[in-house]
Parts: sequence; structure tokens; C-alpha cells
Amino acid sequence: MAINDVIHHLPMTATPPDWPGGYWWHWLFFTVVLIGFVLAMVMGAIYIERRVLGRMQSRLGPNRTGPFGLLQVVADGIKLLLKENIVPSNADKVVHVLAPVVALVPAMMIFAVVPFQDGALLADLNIGILYIVAISSISTVGVFMAGWGSNSKYSLLGAMRNIAAVVSYEIPMVLAIVGVVLVAGSLSMNDIVLAQNIPFILLQPLGFLIFFTAGCAEINRSPFDLMEADSEIVAGFHTEYSGMRFVIFYMAEYTEAIAISAIITTLFLGGWRGPLLPPWLWFIIKVIIVFFLMVWTRTTLPRVRIDQLMALAWKFLLPLALVNLFITAVQVLVWPDGLPWLMVVINIAIMVILILIWSKLFKLGWGRVEV
Amino acid sequence: MTTTEMALKTEPFVLNIGPVHPSTHGVYRMRVTLDGEVVLDMEPVFGYLHRGVEKLAEERSYTGFIPLTDRLDYIASMSNNLAYCLAVERLAGVKVPERAEYIRVIMAELQRLANHCIVVGAFFNDCGAYFTPFMYLFREREKILDLFDMVCGQRLTYNYMRIGGLSQDIPDEFLPALKKFLPQMKRFVDEYECFIKQNEILLARAKGVGILSRETAINCGISGPVARASGIKWDLRKADPYSIYDRFEFDIPFGEAGDCYDRYRVRMEEIKQSLRILEQAARQIPPGPVKTEVPHLIRPPAGEAYAHIESPKGELGFYLVSDNSIAPYRCHVRPPSLINLTALREMVRGWKVADLIIIFGSIDITMGEVDR
Amino acid sequence: MKFERFGLGILKGMTVTVRHLWRHPTVNQYPEQRLNLSRRFRGNELTWDRGKCTGCATCAKSCPQGAIEIVTATNLADNKYEVEKYQVDTGYCIQCGLCVEACPYDAVFMGHAYERARYRRGELVQTNDMLLESPERPRSGYFHPEIAKSLPRQTLLVERIVEKR
Repeated sequence: MAINDVIHHLPMTATPPDWPGGYWWHWLFFTVVLIGFVLAMVMGAIYIERRVLGRMQSRLGPNRTGPFGLLQVVADGIKLLLKENIVPSNADKVVHVLAPVVALVPAMMIFAVVPFQDGALLADLNIGILYIVAISSISTVGVFMAGWGSNSKYSLLGAMRNIAAVVSYEIPMVLAIVGVVLVAGSLSMNDIVLAQNIPFILLQPLGFLIFFTAGCAEINRSPFDLMEADSEIVAGFHTEYSGMRFVIFYMAEYTEAIAISAIITTLFLGGWRGPLLPPWLWFIIKVIIVFFLMVWTRTTLPRVRIDQLMALAWKFLLPLALVNLFITAVQVLVWPDGLPWLMVVINIAIMVILILIWSKLFKLGWGRVEV
Repeated sequence: MTTTEMALKTEPFVLNIGPVHPSTHGVYRMRVTLDGEVVLDMEPVFGYLHRGVEKLAEERSYTGFIPLTDRLDYIASMSNNLAYCLAVERLAGVKVPERAEYIRVIMAELQRLANHCIVVGAFFNDCGAYFTPFMYLFREREKILDLFDMVCGQRLTYNYMRIGGLSQDIPDEFLPALKKFLPQMKRFVDEYECFIKQNEILLARAKGVGILSRETAINCGISGPVARASGIKWDLRKADPYSIYDRFEFDIPFGEAGDCYDRYRVRMEEIKQSLRILEQAARQIPPGPVKTEVPHLIRPPAGEAYAHIESPKGELGFYLVSDNSIAPYRCHVRPPSLINLTALREMVRGWKVADLIIIFGSIDITMGEVDR
Repeated sequence: MKFERFGLGILKGMTVTVRHLWRHPTVNQYPEQRLNLSRRFRGNELTWDRGKCTGCATCAKSCPQGAIEIVTATNLADNKYEVEKYQVDTGYCIQCGLCVEACPYDAVFMGHAYERARYRRGELVQTNDMLLESPERPRSGYFHPEIAKSLPRQTLLVERIVEKR
């Protein structure tokens, strides 16, 4: 546990005598590490996605730039940096320029409360999950600023769809989180990981599915990527962006994907817990597994339409999430302290039965409108 | 024209889905009046690819015009060649030898497979499945294009059929390669159906969307898989058999509802039936010559002729008027894509923007044929 | 959206996709691996045989684009009829092959090479001795089976990859 010592004890002892506290060293170290980690993971995520997407489509991904194509992302970044920054003529300049920043920064701020090891966080808030839910909604404002400030009908369509989707999917997501919080007994992310002697994906299988679906919808990934649907509205809210501002939107999308993967890992898969390897390595492996699942669904599934998206959120996921919450609350209250594995079996059975019943009752969004 | 009972006042706006767009198949422009996401009206604007092919026909010889017919519907070139050669043969009274007829049928059915590969792939691309079904189908299309390459040297604009038969005989390795290809394609179609046929998201996007009723289809003159999906049991290979199609045994798939899903299913079933025809033709092909001797600059007697075939997109017809010179006096093409396109406005009103793109993709047009 | 089959359609699709991860990708890494072209490939250039050509201009008459230009002259010294200029505008050619079929003396062939790009459009117009056969400008077997027999066999995708499904 040498790293543990370094993180907690050494900065405390290495402060100059009149420095306000050892906290600032801790903050500086973690900020640098986190920004480096996020950027590295984003580049890795883009690379993994392109290679795996290619192999599933019976072709290779990029493999020319650098050994095995590892420098492809760097090459893309350099190319986009050298491009001309075009701003539409009637666009609202301040809004247009600020939008990418407002979309990226909250996604990176989510990593402040994600534990890489026991106690290794930037800020061990005791309301960690609440902070995450609050911050992740701010990216939507950035998307809407992009859509409005571009002065283009395509962008506005994309931005409107995005707002509708994000607002609708907040609720099932939060309800799934509340289920986990009930079982763990605390809002702090570190405590949730420490409480997972059995990973919560087994104790809350329905919660995992709901959170995964709602998470994919929040970050505009397939099958819910109609906000930037390539074949309908050219590129949605980031149609009019080029050059460095487009890089920031691109990075924001993958940062949010990694953030949702990190949250799923922490809440459901057990965070950094694992037998042999160092904990931060387990964390990275689990994040990559969850991200692979997202890439897999992107490869296979077509896109849903906007009214079907809303119907899925309000009529399918929300009732399931409420029932899940109710059953979890009852279980936490009355279950005896032994026999956790029996609870796993019962929860999985409940999930299957609920999905079967609800699938029969669930119906489509609107059809044709009389014109 | 608000579509809900709320007190919010909304105004329709015009969106220009322009000629350069990732998913208008070719250069096609639509001016769509939208109320929120609901399409109220659609006005098509095309002509961006007009090259004056019908006028050029009056300045080329009959044989010299065959390369230009390739470029009409550039995805299904063999069908264009076949229709034109049938028209000239009817005009000039030329008879085609047996072996040439069999090889023409093989080429036309292979072309139907290749065309449906692109259409179904592009349809799924519009639905949003990020190129995966597209890539799988393109892999099979590569195999077909290799066969065409072996026969005539090109992969897209073949210029293979001549008046009186074909330009050259098939090489010896064509039939073994074809026999290797047919079982592979069958297994691929089974795997593909397992992959996407029962996908719930596809069913939600395409079932019941863009319904074309039977009466509207007959009134507009729709033909091809679009008409068969609406319930009209009309296929020129059975209704007015040309070439030697009456010697083969195959079924005509048709749908009932006339929505996008039925059009996709009709095309997949047509792929299976084409594989049946190909097997029978490859077995029954006789030896012999492949071209009757006609002069290179043929002068048909004065008159007119119209020949139509069941191309992968519909009824493709060539109308030729000759005045006993080396070039036609008038050549007119009946383009199935253009005539199927006229029903688009009826199919689209009341649906959303996302459905507009899907419906447009499912009626399968090629702008080379629409604009000529 | 109805989930009548409880999401099974989606799951079946996902198994098909993941099976492709361990299949051989259908990829050819150009320029390290090159495929053999078809023996009847209609390449972008014409190859002319000066000895066999008589200047009858049947090829020029049959070209739908009018890309071939022939100028003949009588060489008054030994009273021979010769071809002074045989020019092909390769940029105008649509590679239809009608000229090859029309020639009665087998003097014109399609090319078999494909890496013959130029930097200027003027260099696409080829005259006289630029059109003779050479190792960079091999002849293709289009319409000439005796040349087709001597070319290597075409690589076919049906034979390269046979997956078990």
C-alpha cells in the first residue's frame, strides 16, 4: 500500500511550515493526475472504439499511423488544430464560442469524486453521487448554447432533441442510483465501493440495466444518438463547428462516455476491488469492459426516433425504476443479515419477471399525425 | 396547423435538405415544411445530374450508345444494357442464340443481388445502424463484382451486352466460381436475417411507417419491389416474360402492408429467389455461340419499339424510334426511380423527419436514372 | 416500440456482431499486398501496335466519345500510305472497349496497368510512340483470349476467405 501512504501522508509532511494546509498539495497532485488520466483514457477510448468497430464490421480500424495505429488520435487532433475556425455570419458569437467549454468542463469535473483506490480521490465528498448527478446536467446547457448560437435549423433541431432526451432520462437514472444508495447506505462514492462485498450488479440487476440505458441516452451514444444523427440532420448541434472547437465537442462526448463507464464501475461492478492486480489497474480494466459494452451496442443497433426515445424513458424505464426502488427498500428493511446470495437469486428472478410483464404491456410512441 | 391541442402557438418552417447531404442517395434536394418534427409538406427539386442522355442517343450509333446506358442507373448497369439491347433487337428483328440468353439471365440476376445489397445496406444506414449491416452486404457485393470483373473487365459500368447477344463468352473459371458463390450467399443471408430481421428497434422504426396503399400505388404507376410490398402481385418476369424467364421456376414475394419493413422483406426474399434462378441457369446453360452476326453500325428498318424488363428497381423501359439510319431518331427511357419518386410526397406527410429519411431510403432511387 | 420478444432480437444481433471479432477481416493492405487484376481488365490506356495498324480508322469511328484521332498521309518518297499521327485522349476515354472490338487487324489493345496517374491533364493525351507496349504498359486480354491466357489468374474473394458460419 505504498501509494496509499504517498497520497495521504507524504503531502502532509512535505508542506512548508506556513502553508495553509497539506490539502493544496493533495489537490494539485490529483488535479494533474486526473486531467492526465482523463485525456489519456479519452484517447485510448477513441482508439479502442475505432479498432473494435472496425473488427466487428469485418475490416481493420486505423493501423497505419504509428505502431498499430496508436497515434491516429494524435494525428486527428493535429489535423483539426490546423483547420480554419469558421463561425457562421449571423451567429451569436459569445454563445457560439463558449458552448464547447460549457459542454466539456462538467464532464471532466465528474472524475473528482471517482475513487481510484481506497481513499484515493480528489475530494471525498460525503454526497458524492448527488454531486455527480448535479454536475452532469450542466453539459446540456452547453449543447443548447451550441444549437442556438449556430444560427442553423439543423443545429436547433439537434439541440432541442438533446434537451428533451436528457431531461427525460435523468429520472430513471437517478432512481437507479437511489436503489444502489439504499443498499450501500451512503451517498459517498468511496463508501459505496467499500460496501460491495458482492458487486451490486448482482444485487441490483434491474438497476444496472436501467442505468446503462439511461446513461447511453444521456451521452448521446447509439442507439440514442439522434442528436447528432449522421444521416438525418448532418451533425446535429455541432454542425457548424470546425477546428479546435470541434475537437472539444468530440472530446466532451468521449469524456462523458468514460465518465458514465467510471460511474457504472464504481456503483455496480465494485470499483477498484479485485484479487491480484493493483487497484487502479482493476479500475481501468473495468472501465474498459463497460466501454466495450457501449461500443458493442453502438455497432449493432439502429437508432430510435425521438418520440420512441421519450416513450421508452417515461413509459418503460420510469415505472420499472420505481418498482425496483420499492422492492429494494422493502428488502433493505426486512432482509436478515446473512444469506446475501439468496437475495441475488431473488433479485435476478424479479428482474426477469418484471421485464417480461412490462414488455407485454408497453406500447409504441405516436404514429402518423393527421395533416 | 397545430397538431396538438395545447395553447402554444407554433409556426411551420421550411428546411432545405439540400443536394449535398449524407443520406440523400445522390444529388437530390427536398424542401420540407416542418411543424416541430412533423413533416407537413415536401417539395422535391431534382435535375442536378441531368446529362442529356436521351439527346446524346441521337448522335451515337446503336452500339455506341450501350456504354451510355450503363451510366443511367449506375448501380445496376447490366439491367440497363439488357433493356436497351432487347429494344434494339425488337426493332431490328435480330434473334439471340440460346447460350447468350442464359448468360444474360445469369448476369441480370447477379445484378439484382448486387443492387439489393446496396439498397438494403443503405436503408439500414439511414436507420442509424452505424455502417455494420452496410459493410456486411458490401462484402457479398464484392464477390459479385469480382465475377463481373472476370467476365467483362470492369466492376461498375460493364458494357457487356451487345445487339444480338454478348460481346464475348464467359471464361472457363466463371461457372465454378459462381457455384462456389451461391452456397456462401445463402448462408450469409441466413446469418444476416438472424442479425437484423427481428431487431426491436428496426421493427419500431420501419413497421407501419410510410404506408403506400394499393390504390395509390396503382394510380401512380409504381412498379418493382415498392409495388409488390403494397400488395400488387405484378412482376414482369411472370406477367410479360422476356428473354427465357418462362423456363425457370421461382416465386414472386409480395407484402401486405406497404410499409418500409415490407419493402425490406420483399427485397430479401427476392435475393433468395434470385439465388434459385441462378442455380437453375448455371445447371442448364448450353454450349454454343454468344452473338449473332450483326453489322457494327446497324441500321434497323424505320419503326418504333418499346422493350421493358424487371430491373431491380422496377419496370425499366426503352422506347426507340428509328428512321433507318445508324443512330436512333429518338430514344426515351422509362425510369422506374423517377416514377416511384412521385409517390414520395403522399407517403411522407404526417411522419417525422427521421421517418422521412427512412422512407426515402426504402423506395430505392438512383439519381442517374431520375435525371438521366 | 414493442418488446414482444423481450429484447431477444437485439441480443441475437449482438451475438452475430461479436462473432465477427474473431473472423478474418476482409481487408487487403495496399500497397504491401496487391491483388491480381482480372485478365480482361479494361485499363485506362490503349496499347497500339504500329506494325499491324493500317490507318483504317475503324476504331476512331466506333469510339462513342471521339477520343481517338488519326492522321494518315502518303509518304511521297516511296509512295507508301502511313499513319502519321495516332493520338488517344485518355482523359476523354470511358474505357468501353468498343475500339478493341472494332479493329480488324488486332492492332489496338486495352491496358492492364492501373497505377498510371499523371500530375497534369495534358500528359493524359498520348501520341504515337507513347502508345507502344512496354513493361509498364502491359496488354490486357479484353476481347483477345490468347493474351488472357498468359496473364496471371485473378484473385477472387469467394476463394480467399471461407468462413464457417
